[in-house]
Amino acid sequence: MRVMKLVLKNMLRHKLRTLLTIAGIAIAVTAFGLLRTVVTAWNAGVEASAADRLITRDAVSFIFPLPLAYKDQIAKVPGVVDVTFANWFGGVYIDKNQFFARLAVEAENYLEVYPECLVPPDQLATFKKERNSCIIGEQLASRFHLKIGDIMPVEGDIYPGHWEFVVRAIYRPKDKVTDPSNMFFHWQYINERMKQEAPGRADNVGWYVVKVKNPAAAARISEEIDVLFQNSRAETKTETERAFQQDFLASADAILTAMNFISFVIIGIIMLVLGNTMIMAARERIREFAVFKTLGFSARHLIGLIAGESLLISFLGAAIGLAFTFPITEGFSAVLPKGWFPVFNVEPVTLILAGCSALLVGVIASIFPVQRALGTSIVDGLREIG
Amino acid sequence: MAGTNGQSMITAKNISKSYRRDRLEIPVLVNLTLTVPEGEFLALMGPSGSGKTTLLNLIAGIDRPDSGQVLVNGVDIGSLNESALARWRSGNVGFIFQFYNLLPVLTAYENVELPLLLTRLPRKEKREHVEAALKLVGLGDRMRHYPRQLSGGQEQRVAIARAIVTDPTVLVADEPTGDLDKVSAHDIMVLLERLNREYKKTIVMVTHDPRAAEKAHKVMHLDKGELTT
Ligand SMILES: Nc1ncnc2c1ncn2[C@@H]1O[C@H](COP(=O)(O)OP(=O)(O)OP(=O)(O)O)[C@@H](O)[C@H]1O
Ligand SMILES: [Mg+2]
Repeated sequence: MRVMKLVLKNMLRHKLRTLLTIAGIAIAVTAFGLLRTVVTAWNAGVEASAADRLITRDAVSFIFPLPLAYKDQIAKVPGVVDVTFANWFGGVYIDKNQFFARLAVEAENYLEVYPECLVPPDQLATFKKERNSCIIGEQLASRFHLKIGDIMPVEGDIYPGHWEFVVRAIYRPKDKVTDPSNMFFHWQYINERMKQEAPGRADNVGWYVVKVKNPAAAARISEEIDVLFQNSRAETKTETERAFQQDFLASADAILTAMNFISFVIIGIIMLVLGNTMIMAARERIREFAVFKTLGFSARHLIGLIAGESLLISFLGAAIGLAFTFPITEGFSAVLPKGWFPVFNVEPVTLILAGCSALLVGVIASIFPVQRALGTSIVDGLREIG
Repeated sequence: MAGTNGQSMITAKNISKSYRRDRLEIPVLVNLTLTVPEGEFLALMGPSGSGKTTLLNLIAGIDRPDSGQVLVNGVDIGSLNESALARWRSGNVGFIFQFYNLLPVLTAYENVELPLLLTRLPRKEKREHVEAALKLVGLGDRMRHYPRQLSGGQEQRVAIARAIVTDPTVLVADEPTGDLDKVSAHDIMVLLERLNREYKKTIVMVTHDPRAAEKAHKVMHLDKGELTT
């Protein structure tokens, strides 16, 4: 019989209480893991944005288009390497719950400006040649069982009518923060039909993506671009892609901050739950600790006994909680509309954080009980009514 | 005196002990002197609150006197620091309490094994010691039982086995029969007497029970800080 066995036996003394404590910790750790995952998923867009890309949009609102003619003017600004553009297409593919970005883009160079979408060169070449073709992310391909040559019918809403796109390329995201579920097709293809059906809406661009040579010059270039179109029909607002993403997320910012905060409040709750259990356990055992000391056991043994139990409970709870985090996170993302969070992973740092928290909580929760056990003299401990 | 050879096993010289309650100092033992020869079986009697437990704690090294000296088997236990005193206790004194103080989560066997965890004895010898102690108290067939599965008398016998498993020279017992019925109390007293007679343990026992005191060689009374025979 060793100390470990004693720790185990002590832990199982009040099985229900221990079980509830472990369950409480497990639930809290799962909530922690889920919250952290949501926070990282929100931030993924910001992290994915490149520093050398600027977004030029209508100064009043993102929803107003810009004239196609701006492209050449922007390209002339010193420091600009490339200019491409995109339109939010919207539409419905299969049903309204299938969320993923459908963008009408400048097929000529859009993928060059977004090198994080890796497309096989031959597929890219085919895509550029065929007006009604599209490129989809590999996640879309697997989600909808699509392969090269398949046709994707989309019911337009912003651009009314029935649209059909042929899958000619599938891109692979370069890293984990790149959205693997975008759909890109030819802006020209849309524009031609607009020219016939709604000439007033032709030659309009949603936003420009401006690639700059030197990210440090982003502020100057942004200003120069915006100055170009001052006092014109459509004034522009240019900012870095990151700032643009952050703007986009700004409304969610308060929620994110709250979630972040709550995730750490949860750690505090775990500490209280475990601390409470350990303090109760220690109080009941004051007399036993006195017996241990009478028999010649030292402070070291008592610390091992108490901290061992505390750590064992907190690690069991954390392990169970983390084990549940994966299916719960998956279930959570399944309940959300498809593609709501294109990037939704339990990050290793979340696991590490939870593990460290368990260690910390285990140690802290045993401080008071240890103090009590060591601070009570044998004589007083033995007088305690058991 | 039968069973003693006159050599002093426990000597308490001029010990005083008081407890502080709020601002009030309550003297419990004042300048008390006591000598217990080797092999003695001493019963301490006296009214409640007279300081019997306090005295027992002092000579067993789980409390320290305010002044005076306690020598056990030639060792001045007041000179030992906390950890040395703890080590000394584990090797030299066996404790028997009124309420047994067994660990409820451990079996009889494991409870008796507890003091041996502090020794470097090989596993096999530990087992032999534990089994011998439990057989000696007549519980060889109850080793796997938990305290709650045992009667009070049996629990106290497990506690006695735990007290003797390290083969200490001194046993201290604080009202060992205080919580037992007549028959069980008798069994415990027979056992203690045997430990004194056959195994030469020096025993200091606090008791309120005159029948228990009868088994001792000597009875002393503690009252108002005075020890009388
Ligand atoms: N830890 C303590 N703190 C304060 N007072 C104490 C403490 N221990 C004992 N006392 C007091 O010292 C006196 C003697 O106590 P002790 O336990 O030695 O008596 P006792 O003779 O063993 O009594 P009983 O027969 O009831 O067990 C009592 O008045 C008791 O209240
Ligand atoms: Mg007493």
